[in-house]
Amino acid sequence: MANLKTEDKKTKAQSMGLHTETLTGKTQQKFFNPDEAENFFYWGTHDVDFNKRTELDVKEMDCITANKEIENLMSQGFGTIVIKNPQGKHSLGVGILNKLNLIFEGSLGYFGVGSIDGPVVRINGRVGWSCAENMMAGKVVIEKNAGSCFGAAIRGGDLICKGSVGARTGIDQKGGTIIIGGDAGAFTGFMMQRGRIIILGDVGINLGDSMYDGILYIGGKIGSFGSDAVESPMTKSDIDWIERKLKVAEIGQGFDISKMTKVVSGKKLWNYDALEPTEKKGAI
Amino acid sequence: MCGIAGLIHRGKSSNVGSELQGMLQALKHRGEDSTGYALYGDTDGKNFIMRFKVGENVGEGSSSIMEDVSVYDERKKIVDQHIAEIGAKVIKEERILPYSLRYEIEYEANDLLDFSQKVESIPGVEILSMGKSLEVIKDLGNAKVVCDRYNLDKLVGTHAIGHARMATESGVDIKSAHPFWGYPFSDVSVVHNGQLTNYWNNRRMLENKGMRFMSECDSELIAVYLAEKMRNGATLEEGMKESLTGLDGVFTYFVATKDSLGMAKDTMAAKPLVLYESDDLVAMGSEEIAIRSVLPHEIDTYDPFDGMVKVWQI
Repeated sequence: MANLKTEDKKTKAQSMGLHTETLTGKTQQKFFNPDEAENFFYWGTHDVDFNKRTELDVKEMDCITANKEIENLMSQGFGTIVIKNPQGKHSLGVGILNKLNLIFEGSLGYFGVGSIDGPVVRINGRVGWSCAENMMAGKVVIEKNAGSCFGAAIRGGDLICKGSVGARTGIDQKGGTIIIGGDAGAFTGFMMQRGRIIILGDVGINLGDSMYDGILYIGGKIGSFGSDAVESPMTKSDIDWIERKLKVAEIGQGFDISKMTKVVSGKKLWNYDALEPTEKKGAI
Repeated sequence: MCGIAGLIHRGKSSNVGSELQGMLQALKHRGEDSTGYALYGDTDGKNFIMRFKVGENVGEGSSSIMEDVSVYDERKKIVDQHIAEIGAKVIKEERILPYSLRYEIEYEANDLLDFSQKVESIPGVEILSMGKSLEVIKDLGNAKVVCDRYNLDKLVGTHAIGHARMATESGVDIKSAHPFWGYPFSDVSVVHNGQLTNYWNNRRMLENKGMRFMSECDSELIAVYLAEKMRNGATLEEGMKESLTGLDGVFTYFVATKDSLGMAKDTMAAKPLVLYESDDLVAMGSEEIAIRSVLPHEIDTYDPFDGMVKVWQI
């Protein structure tokens, strides 16, 4: 059998421990090299000054106009933007790829602050379905409740809801942390792949259904476990980590973390092979 | 994708026609093939109000077959004859459109089954609603178009439910539009967002028990299902709770009666619903923007969880 993982094929990034897998054959993947940093330009980003603050009233705007106006303000260097009268409009604050303090004085509709990479967002209201979908980095804090599919497919960052959330929270989650102060609905952590979810309240049926990986921590009652979701013992490092995260989230003071239930994938549904199909051919 | 909305004022009346129009218009992006209103107006409660149609809207986008308007007149004449034969008296009649009529009827019996069967025995005639408070108005177009066409914006009442429809599994016509009357029960109406996957099994079973279906829209099943439960002595809330297991698929639906409004959400919580509750008003819709059309200021709303059933009284 061919040896596909030789030491001499390791890249600099691998030697630094940033990733462990070794790709073989043709690949389009390009690893970060600090010597070429100037060649990596992140399109659609702006240099902003957090001390430069402004307000934007979106009452009479549709979501496209409002988002363009936010972009315009960022291009002028405003680093703190307060959005007035969002009134449940959909898709506000999406696709922001730079650092920014974004504050919504009111509630958002569907797909609020989706596909963001870096901003710190505070929503003084409620959010609808699929808030922060595909979030890559940053921090989002919701002061009230959230709808279903909260944090769908997020890859990084901290997503915090101080109230309760609907069904399928963290569906397809690939990284980052979701923290819920209240209760969560059915199918929480459905098909999650990485990352962690902390819920201080109760959860509905089918918790962690078909999860590949990642960890769920539940403070209240569990409606039922989903397929291949199993309980795992809490460790001291779990407790320390949750304690740190709850401080960041500004919730759960005095909450007894040691009594939380830790849920992980049983990995009985896994049906992967160690080798990709093309590698199999090479091996044969 | 469809949108549903509903509201109930507790302890007072309001301009529910205009309020529901605003809520449904905010949801028009979820479907504007047809829009329907079930409005519970302030009446003296003496006479029945019957909304019925003697034909379909065959305008642009309709999937119905064109008929000569003279056919509508013929059908109306037979309806009038049948109403007289059954011992009911038409107190007031309005012909809002050639195919759409509103009658106020003096009728002593409480059971509307015989009455409804007699009227609907005429081909092409369908009772959209019958009740002492309920009026179901539905037609092709978005909420504003239908509201303007039927002059609904002045209607005062206690509660209302409505539906903005994107036609999927059945035609673009009035008979497939929501709300559905809970035939043959006075003042019962239903709107639904979702898909029912055991529609045909349930329909066959209910038809064998003598229940009536007017369309091939799966949502009609909910109205018939609940009507059958109530006929057998169940309360509205009991019937709704049974529907969580009796109906298969994904759904959020609203039911309204003369003095109550209820919602039910399936056990998968696959269909959206946002809810606002206060002491004097409950408003709910598929999206928060529907509620914002009547409550633009900052309010606390939430998504009901899976398998939830709630009923509010006026």
